[in-house]
Amino acid sequence: MYMENTVSTERKRIHPHKFTLWVAMGSIVMMFAGLTSAYIVKRNQSNWLEFGLPAVFWYSTAVIIISSVTMHLAVKAFKAKEMARYRKLITLTAGLGLLFAGLQFIGFSALHKNGVQLFGIGSNPSASFLGIITGLHVLHVLGGVVALIVSFARAFRVRTRSYAATPVEVVATYWHFVDILWIYLFIFFNWIG
Amino acid sequence: MSNEAVLHGNVGVGHSHDAHADHGHGHHHETFITKYVFSQDHKMIGKQFLITGMVWAILGGLMSVLFRLQLGYPDSSFPWLEDILGKWAKGGHISAEAYYALVTTHGTVLVFFVLTAGLSGTFSNFLIPLQVGARDMASPLMNMLSYWFFFMASVVMLSSLFVETGPFSGGWTAYPPLSALGDASDGSKTGMDLWLVAMALFVVSQLLAGLNYIATILNMRTKGMSMTRLPLTIWALFFTAVLGVLSFPVLFSGFILLIFDRNFGTSFYLSDIFIASVGALPNEGGSAILYQHLFWFLGHPEVYIILLPAMGMASEIISTNARKPIFGYMAMVGSLFAIVVLGFLVWAHHMFVTGLNPFLGSIFVLMTLLIAVPSAIKVFNWLTTLWRGNIRFTPGMLFAIGFVSLFISGGLTGIWLGNSALDIHLHDTYFVIAHFHIVMGVASMFGMFAGVYHWFPKMYGRYMNHTLAYTHFWLTLIGAYLIFWPMHYEGLAGMPRRYYDYGNWESFKQFLELNRFISTVVIIVFCVQLLFLFNFFYSIFKGRKVTTLNPWGSNTLEWTTPIRPGHGNWPGEIPEVHRWAYDYGKDGQDFIPQTTPVGDNESHH
Ligand code: HEM
Ligand SMILES: [Cu+2]
Repeated sequence: MYMENTVSTERKRIHPHKFTLWVAMGSIVMMFAGLTSAYIVKRNQSNWLEFGLPAVFWYSTAVIIISSVTMHLAVKAFKAKEMARYRKLITLTAGLGLLFAGLQFIGFSALHKNGVQLFGIGSNPSASFLGIITGLHVLHVLGGVVALIVSFARAFRVRTRSYAATPVEVVATYWHFVDILWIYLFIFFNWIG
Repeated sequence: MSNEAVLHGNVGVGHSHDAHADHGHGHHHETFITKYVFSQDHKMIGKQFLITGMVWAILGGLMSVLFRLQLGYPDSSFPWLEDILGKWAKGGHISAEAYYALVTTHGTVLVFFVLTAGLSGTFSNFLIPLQVGARDMASPLMNMLSYWFFFMASVVMLSSLFVETGPFSGGWTAYPPLSALGDASDGSKTGMDLWLVAMALFVVSQLLAGLNYIATILNMRTKGMSMTRLPLTIWALFFTAVLGVLSFPVLFSGFILLIFDRNFGTSFYLSDIFIASVGALPNEGGSAILYQHLFWFLGHPEVYIILLPAMGMASEIISTNARKPIFGYMAMVGSLFAIVVLGFLVWAHHMFVTGLNPFLGSIFVLMTLLIAVPSAIKVFNWLTTLWRGNIRFTPGMLFAIGFVSLFISGGLTGIWLGNSALDIHLHDTYFVIAHFHIVMGVASMFGMFAGVYHWFPKMYGRYMNHTLAYTHFWLTLIGAYLIFWPMHYEGLAGMPRRYYDYGNWESFKQFLELNRFISTVVIIVFCVQLLFLFNFFYSIFKGRKVTTLNPWGSNTLEWTTPIRPGHGNWPGEIPEVHRWAYDYGKDGQDFIPQTTPVGDNESHH
């Protein structure tokens, strides 16, 4: 009944794995949207502790942005079949990811030194929110690091070495996603929330 | 995201299912384990969801029989209760703790394990690849994992029934502070920990499943299967998955905060609390209402996650058995879409009496009443499809029509509740119980029965017994109305829900007889469901064999597969689709399957 005979088989379609990743990212966005909305709702109620973010979070933000650049270069190297360069770059990316996670924890302890308690009896929800949201984000970054390590191992399997870019692109998309997610959270904590 | 793939009327699939073509052949050496246990065949996974859901339905149903005994016969004692429940029913009398644990577990299990996993899990798995023309899901492995996460969730939930302090008992919505403080009640101790673990596993299962359903529907359709040629079942299952993928993460974030409040001393939901046995708690600055927002942001979409699959299957079954095209196909798709969008904007109608800003409340009233519009469109289209149809009253058809009846009855009371002023009186009364059991509980159960009766021949290559099925239908329909209709009156009279005993409440003594009546019908209806179970399992092995490919004379693709399709569904090429799924009674032909090319002199409509 609708548009008979107009079906084309040649249409370029998004790869199912990439597509699944996009839906999954939508899902993750909803989780953080839920948390940051809860943050706003709670902040407008009584008993809300105001505090500034320690400077370390600026460094970690820089680190994760740089890691996105190295990730981007890694994909380029992969597509140009420069495997040695590719491996170096994803190692660097994974390293920066770990550094980011480390800096976040340094940020937490800096808060602690300033007397802002994140969890436990006596903690204020405003600090606990920061801890949980940032902590969940770090978990997502570490998930990306695991994915990078898997890609790294793959690049060594000489036999089955494949130059199909999809798996690498999937990891890269995810990596940029957690980067952007952090930038959103950073802006949120500093200026919106 | 590829809107192109989402909204296009004419998309071919070309290469995308070639990757899975290898499933189509062979698998001669499947072992028992890979075929029945760790199966990656979507049809087997669907059956696993169905049967696990049935087990939970029996358990959950039995729980309701037990707590209805208390409500109907508050002063009698049943010694056999002590035999099965032990210390929870000392002297043959269900204790208050046990009563609340039963109500809570009944709600959780029926909403999530039966009507979510058992319903959309079963039919998304079974029908999506078969009806879009794919060999399997986009990721069969993820699909298998989704079942096993559900299975683990089931095991954990089941184990919570056996712990010393009993399962969680604070209601299926798990509001803090009761759910956040182990000291608040026995059920809030280990039972609540297990409840949270089970629900977290369940959310993971639903996310894995939903991602897969969406990817399969958008990417794996066979040649010619444009979005506008999809059967309405698939549209409904698609929107169900979208709802799940977007709302379960929010519930998850609510749970994370709850876990931190329970175990790590934070105060998201807690403030100014005094517990008799403990004294004043140090937690300050939290807000219990925050949890309600996060919960109902999932909770309302969740009710549509439960309802949409039933709507889709009813559309398909009604059109097939009325031998008429579905009336208003695009309106059906559009109203599903409207329900999804509005479904995200109405959550606070569960919170009218929480001290919500009345201005905000009025916006939620508006949004809530707006949902009645797409709902009414759907009802109108079902009725018009039935109107002057050549109706074949198969068991599936009867249940589909019963679904429409229940949806109308329960939807109308929703409009009452959606008015915040009326809700002040009706909130937390039996009126709400009546509303959601009819519109969601029983209606979706009817959708599920319709689906099982209709697709049983495809699942097992045999028919279910029709005499038993008709008995099952009539007794269940009459019973359901007899149980839930009177609850409206109790609710209007102000009788609150979630009470163990109404005995010392002068104004509700008048309902003692009515409650007894309801409880008696509950027992009968529960036994009638055993009839269905018997029919189901007996027919798997001994039912009349299906001898034709297409027993219902249906247009959709699943009926072009062999009577007992193997993994891969079609032994040869996947058929090509040339038309929509609803060419019934067109140009004098009884039905024209989707695989039939359009003839030169065929009329358009
Ligand atoms: C015209 C459509 C509907 C409207 C206007 C509506 C409105 C409402 C309102 C306002 C409440 C809250 C009552 C209260 O707690 O005081 C409610 C409760 C509920 N509704 Fe509906 N509803 C509609 C359709 C549905 C449908 C289609 C479903 C499920 C498929 C559903 C499932 C529920 C459930 C499960 C609850 C109660 C949850 C609980 O408190 O335990 N409703 N409804
Ligand atoms: Cu609702």
